[in-house]
Amino acid sequence: MARMKFICDAERCIECNGCVTACKAEHDVPWGVNRRRVVTLNDGLPGERSISVACMHCSDAPCMAVCPVDCFYRTDEGVVLHDKDTCIGCGYCSYACPFGAPQFPSNGTFGLRGKMDKCTFCAGGPEANGSSAENEKYGRNRLSEGKLPACAEMCSTKALLGGDGDIVADIFRTRVMTRGKGSEVWGWGTAYGKPSQGGTAPQQAKPEAQKS
Amino acid sequence: MRRSTLCLFAAAVLLAACTEKPQTTTRKVDDKPWAGARTDYTAAGYKGGDQAAWEQQIKARAQGQNEYSRTPSR
Repeated sequence: MARMKFICDAERCIECNGCVTACKAEHDVPWGVNRRRVVTLNDGLPGERSISVACMHCSDAPCMAVCPVDCFYRTDEGVVLHDKDTCIGCGYCSYACPFGAPQFPSNGTFGLRGKMDKCTFCAGGPEANGSSAENEKYGRNRLSEGKLPACAEMCSTKALLGGDGDIVADIFRTRVMTRGKGSEVWGWGTAYGKPSQGGTAPQQAKPEAQKS
Repeated sequence: MRRSTLCLFAAAVLLAACTEKPQTTTRKVDDKPWAGARTDYTAAGYKGGDQAAWEQQIKARAQGQNEYSRTPSR
C-alpha cells in the first residue's frame, strides 16, 4: 500500500509560487486561505533557499492528537484528512502543527473563525469521491481520478515531489547522488520521523562530496 | 427529620447538574480512492474500481516526476 508523502527539494525551488497557484485554482480556495505557500529562508543572503510548505500528512500527526472533537482521520494511504461537519473551528490544530498547515477562513466583521481548511493531498474528504458535496467542502479529489496532487504535478522544476513515499524518496536520492549536494530535506524528519525513531530517510545515500 | 429530608432533596437537585449525557461522535468513513470518481477528469487510460490498477496508476504517475527516467543523468 502506498504511503503518500511530500518532499520539497530546496535546491530546485525557484519561488515561482506555481504550486500555490495550482492549489488555489484546483480547489477554488477562498481569499485568505492558502493551503500551500512558499517560504524563503535566509532571504537576500548567500545560501537563500525556498521551500514549498503545506500539510505534510505526518506519520504521527499532532493535529490529530489535539483535536477536541476528533475530526481528523488518516486514510490507508497515509493521507491526513478531516471532517468539516465535525470541526468546530477551535484552532487547536493550528497551534499544534509544526508546518502551519491548518487555515481558517475569516468570515465576518468580528474575525469569526470558520471551519478549518488544509491541504488534502488532493484526496477530498469523507463525502463520496468526486461528489459535488466533497468538491464544495474540500475541493477536487484527484487521487480518485488516478492523479497526484496538482501542486507537485504542476511544479515546473519538479522541486516539489508528491506521491508514494518510497518512490519520491528514490527520485530525490537519485538527484542528490547525481548533483553531489543538497541532501537536506526540510520537514521530513519532523513529519515522518527520523531514522532513529523508525522513520525512513530519503537522503541515506549521501554523495561523495558530503561524506568527506 | 424534616430538615434532613430537605437537605437530601436539595443535594439531589444540586448534584443533578453534575450528571452528563454520553456524547458520541460518528466519524464518517471515507471511500477508497479506487472506488472511482467517475468524472470527466479521470486520468487518461485509468479506470477506477480496482485497487491494483489504482496503485499502478499512482506509481506510474509518481515516476512522471522523475526526469531521469526520461533523460539519463550525465
